[in-house]
Amino acid sequence: MTNTFTAEHALEYPGGYTRSVGPVLGRFLTGLRDGTILGVRGRDGRVIVPVQEYDPVTSDALGGRDDDYVEVGPAGRVITWSWVAQPRPGKHPLERPFAFALIRLDGADTTLLHAVDCGSPEGIATGVRVAPRWRSDRVGKITDIECFIVMADGEQPTPAPARTNVPDDDTEEGPVTGMNSAFRLEYKIPAGAATRRYLNGLAEGKIIGGRAPSSDDVYAASRGTDPKTGEPTSIEVEIADTGCVTTFCIVNIPGLSELAPEIPYVSAQILLDGADNMMFGLIRGCDVDDVHMGMRVKAKWADELKADHRSILYWEPTGEPDAPYEHYKDNL
Amino acid sequence: MRDVAVISFAASGVPRESESNEVEIIVPVLREAMASSGLTKDEIGFVCSGSLDYLFGGPFAFVAGVDAVGAVPPIRESHVEMDSAWALYEAWTYIQTGEVDSALIYGFSKGSIGDVHEILTMQTDPYNLLPLWPSATDMAALQARAFLEANDLDERVLAEVAARSMANAKSTPYATRAGDVTVESLLAAPKVADPLRAADIFAGSDGAAAIVIAADDVARRVCKRPAWIRGMDHRIEAHNLGVRDLTRSESTALAGAAAGALRGKVDVAELHAQFSHEELLIAAALGLDPSTTSINPSGGALAGNCLMAAGLERFGEVAKRIWAGEADRGIAHATSGPCLQQNLVAVLEGE
Repeated sequence: MTNTFTAEHALEYPGGYTRSVGPVLGRFLTGLRDGTILGVRGRDGRVIVPVQEYDPVTSDALGGRDDDYVEVGPAGRVITWSWVAQPRPGKHPLERPFAFALIRLDGADTTLLHAVDCGSPEGIATGVRVAPRWRSDRVGKITDIECFIVMADGEQPTPAPARTNVPDDDTEEGPVTGMNSAFRLEYKIPAGAATRRYLNGLAEGKIIGGRAPSSDDVYAASRGTDPKTGEPTSIEVEIADTGCVTTFCIVNIPGLSELAPEIPYVSAQILLDGADNMMFGLIRGCDVDDVHMGMRVKAKWADELKADHRSILYWEPTGEPDAPYEHYKDNL
Repeated sequence: MRDVAVISFAASGVPRESESNEVEIIVPVLREAMASSGLTKDEIGFVCSGSLDYLFGGPFAFVAGVDAVGAVPPIRESHVEMDSAWALYEAWTYIQTGEVDSALIYGFSKGSIGDVHEILTMQTDPYNLLPLWPSATDMAALQARAFLEANDLDERVLAEVAARSMANAKSTPYATRAGDVTVESLLAAPKVADPLRAADIFAGSDGAAAIVIAADDVARRVCKRPAWIRGMDHRIEAHNLGVRDLTRSESTALAGAAAGALRGKVDVAELHAQFSHEELLIAAALGLDPSTTSINPSGGALAGNCLMAAGLERFGEVAKRIWAGEADRGIAHATSGPCLQQNLVAVLEGE
């Protein structure tokens, strides 16, 4: 029961966000690609790492001149740390338990947040010296540093290995100007009481709406309240699967959704008989040019009904005389 | 300046709300806050809400909320993509203009549908921080250690906050983690995000909170002892954790001073601490003395953190005690952003 009415939902953007990084961050990221860590001088002379475009105290623009940039580290000291006992796969920099730390790199006056691969919480402490472990396939991103590692007394940091992903041809790579950040957040969304009543109705070939006790207005697929008053639509009402088109558009853009039919097709608002709000649906079964306001339509149900909005495949004309304008003028 | 007071408050919260959608969660809370305000819907001059689309999993989370308010005929409405304490701040400012005399403020979320610790990472710097995905808890734990070590404290002080929060929360119906536990039993639990244990990290909550505020005579007409907002200020620190001093909360200290927090005795302080060390940091920044100020008598956000509502609840909890005559003067605090990046402080007083 619970599973039926809980939707798996993911929030992600295909290909991720593509961001322009600008010249200041671009310089820092280009440095990472080269296996170096750069800071920028603030107005008070402090060295800020990672670089910022603006001074955190004065908001003056920073990094306008070459000598504003200072190479720092690559080793540094842990200022504070926290332990990640259960890394998040695909998100956290390491798949095994690790520490996040704020690290003050040698020559820097601020701290950099990064991962420290040290096995267990006993392997790290505030004040320990750490150095970066670089990737060899560096692209100009903070994750070019895979993580930091704790250094033994007197140990020197290991320089970044040569890049393995340098383009074969002779073209100059140029500085890093952008970055791509992909993310995915997952949700399990329960339908809620009103939507569950509606979905259960669809499984029986019925369109269920709701009405608030103090009003005559009936809402098909109610979200739980009368939007005019905020009063709960506690009274269940069965609504006809017939109605009329109020407004519509002819879609000529392909691939708007996985469920979209071949273009051209018609998306319409449909005022159901016995309802006071519109439902959204596709109009099929006639030429797109024949669809018009007031046209009477009926739901085309799927052969196999489910508690799912796809149980109504589309709406098709009934051939009845048009609804008069008076009937739907308040629903436009 | 116009005198503006908190005149009603309602809140709900459960660990996981699987029966109701957002609208269905908001409605009973709004109705309760409206009923106890003594004002009718027509008398409300302004409606302002706080919600977060990333918690909702899609754009325009607040539109769902408008269905709960009833926006026919059209109402004056606004929204902040933050805790609804900031919606209250906006509403208070609007009332100051003289255009309206009252406002309904609400916040809501269903954190249980996703992973709130991960979702909150989305508000961090997308260039050099987000790619590493430090969760809200990972970052809070960095601040916890910095605070403890700078003050030469151990984790016992955290467990003491957590135990007191759970005990106090027994009388808060919408709290999601309450009960009597010993400090020793909390210290015996494993660390979840060293130095933090589970009890040091907020308990999740699905729910909503609503408050009605009103100006001058309107407040006096409907409320026997209005909780007057005497001062309010909010400050933000740099987004880059590395340029901040995490051992103290400078923005809280500045906002508290500007709001006049210490210009009188403080009977009660409701502090929006989502992690146990945050309560200590905020109390220190405000200069509160736990021997004379009751700190988080509701259990606070640690005992039930309905994101986007928990800051507003701090106003409600202080106001409740002023209405009842249990307190004459109190501080409501709300926070936003990683490691207490933004802080809002208000002083509430009874007459």
